[in-house]
Amino acid sequence: MTSAALAFSDGAVIAKRNLIKIKRVPEILIWTLMSPIMFVLLFGYVFGGTIDIPGASYREYLIAGIFAQTVIFGSTFTGAGLAEDMTKGIIDRFRSLPMSRSAVLVGRTASDIVYNTASILVMSVTGFLIGWRIRTSLLEALGGFLLLLLFSYAFSWIMAYVGLRVTSVEVVNNASFMFIFPLTFVANTFVRSGDLPGPLKVFAEWNPVSAVSQAAREAFGNTGSSLPEVWSLQHPVAYTLIWVAIILAVFVPLSVRQYTKKS
Amino acid sequence: MTDMIRTAGLVKRYGKVVALDGLDLVVPKGTVLGLLGPNGAGKTTAVRILTTLLVPDEGTAEVAGLDVRAEPGMVRERIGLSGQTAAVDEHLTGYENLDMVGRLYHLGREKSRARARELLDQFDLEEAGNRPAKTYSGGMRRRLDLAAALVAEPDVLFLDEPTTGLDPRSRALMWETIQELVRGGATVLLTTQYMEEADRLADDIVVIDRGRMIAHGTSDELKTQLGGERVEVDLASSADIPAAMSILGGLSVGEVQVDEQTRRLTAAVTGGADVLRQVLQRLADKGISVVDVGLRRPTLDDVFLTLTGHAAEEVAEHPEDKGKESEPGASKTREKEAVR
Ligand SMILES: Nc1ncnc2c1ncn2[C@@H]1O[C@H](COP(=O)(O)OP(=O)(O)O)[C@@H](O)[C@H]1O
Ligand SMILES: [Mg+2]
Repeated sequence: MTSAALAFSDGAVIAKRNLIKIKRVPEILIWTLMSPIMFVLLFGYVFGGTIDIPGASYREYLIAGIFAQTVIFGSTFTGAGLAEDMTKGIIDRFRSLPMSRSAVLVGRTASDIVYNTASILVMSVTGFLIGWRIRTSLLEALGGFLLLLLFSYAFSWIMAYVGLRVTSVEVVNNASFMFIFPLTFVANTFVRSGDLPGPLKVFAEWNPVSAVSQAAREAFGNTGSSLPEVWSLQHPVAYTLIWVAIILAVFVPLSVRQYTKKS
Repeated sequence: MTDMIRTAGLVKRYGKVVALDGLDLVVPKGTVLGLLGPNGAGKTTAVRILTTLLVPDEGTAEVAGLDVRAEPGMVRERIGLSGQTAAVDEHLTGYENLDMVGRLYHLGREKSRARARELLDQFDLEEAGNRPAKTYSGGMRRRLDLAAALVAEPDVLFLDEPTTGLDPRSRALMWETIQELVRGGATVLLTTQYMEEADRLADDIVVIDRGRMIAHGTSDELKTQLGGERVEVDLASSADIPAAMSILGGLSVGEVQVDEQTRRLTAAVTGGADVLRQVLQRLADKGISVVDVGLRRPTLDDVFLTLTGHAAEEVAEHPEDKGKESEPGASKTREKEAVR
């Protein structure tokens, strides 16, 4: 078997193991799904009337942003899960088996896709109940969902690296919070990037989180009438894919090396 | 006979700590090597190097004829490891754990499942097989871990302190299991802090202390190194200790050891039952009353004491060497066994 095929089949075994854990400790999944619901409701009703988006309802505008933020936060499962595994004896078992060296990481990041698919589903239903509508076709909307999942998948590899570098689950959670919160807020997730002041505006315009939100928004047909002025947001799909490629190219080898490293 | 494990001059440092200081090991096919040493002696470090989890700073290590540094992937296909802490997934059932390991050894779906069931049966875990491993007792977890090491029927098996922290009953069960494996012709490297365990399970014993081999031989050879038997006398009253010491001193070929707490005196002697009779006679003459008296061959504890100048227990309880494995109950049980 080629090493890629081996990484894939061994990764599937590991992913199954991670998903069994969800089955055994369903509270994890339940709480994970509660927060996106809360976000949809909170932003929808608290800010829903105060922010004006020309040509669209704010509640519709904001859904894509919440999706983006939530799936990015979902990737912290990889970091926390790996940090936890590293403190347990099971990782020595994996390392002493003739399995692919990247399988634990491949499996871990793949389980995030499952988590994130579930949270997108829940958020979509919640959004639908409070008035969000897909104004394009179902096929286009699916493209939007796929791009969100792809971006969050790449992000999982960043979190994998973080999880392997730190020594405890708490550190992963705190560190990722400090990093992901600004990243997902200084973006066009909840406001239009053009409305932000000076340097924040530039950051938001080139922030890949803005691009993936914009791309999803376009896919759902929730953009409103005003058009963005920067290349990154005029070509959000291309810009997102560039970032996905860069992140994977950097963090896949980096994480695998960190995992294989022998103290 | 081919050697399944071979190391030469293994050195591993952790900063200033020298965990292994030039270790040479040879384990012929189908034999059991007992790597015996107190906590912090370097046993786990040796096992981790041989199982490709750790790269040595110096020296060479071969397993099944393969260099562990050059061909770690090939080595992993030939070995089974049951590490010092049970490496099982808490959330998975016993069955799921074994099935997963089988898949990761690439046995295929059918074979992995069959093997998982077979091992659960063999290790007395059939009923527990469908419960998450976090509900298992320490002994069950250990057995599951050992079963996981056996999934692919490896040529070489590494067992790192398989019975540490187990209650006497689970330990006896574990010993039986390991003995069965050994009868089946497995090559095993077993580490232990328990003298009795090495005595019972190993063909060949290597005693290490501070990363270095300090003795090597069969358990009989090691005992013979110490010469003859010992007389043990348990006194009724501590007031008699000085008098009894001088009596024993007159008959002993070495120093008399005293344990104040148990009021036990131990003296190396030659001459067997004759000496014992003399000891009893002289004690009676002085009116010293005795609770218990006996003649015994040296235990490996004695071997250790003689070789290192300190008892294994002392080192194990040394604060800086205290590992998570040294559970309070463990060393007590050991003392009892050593005395037997
Ligand atoms: N990761 C590590 N970092 C620093 N020191 C270590 C590490 N692992 C082991 N040591 C030290 O190396 C020595 C040998 O440890 P170890 O091989 O675990 O001994 P044993 O298994 O015989 O109890 C001990 O002094 C221990 O403190
Ligand atoms: Mg150890």
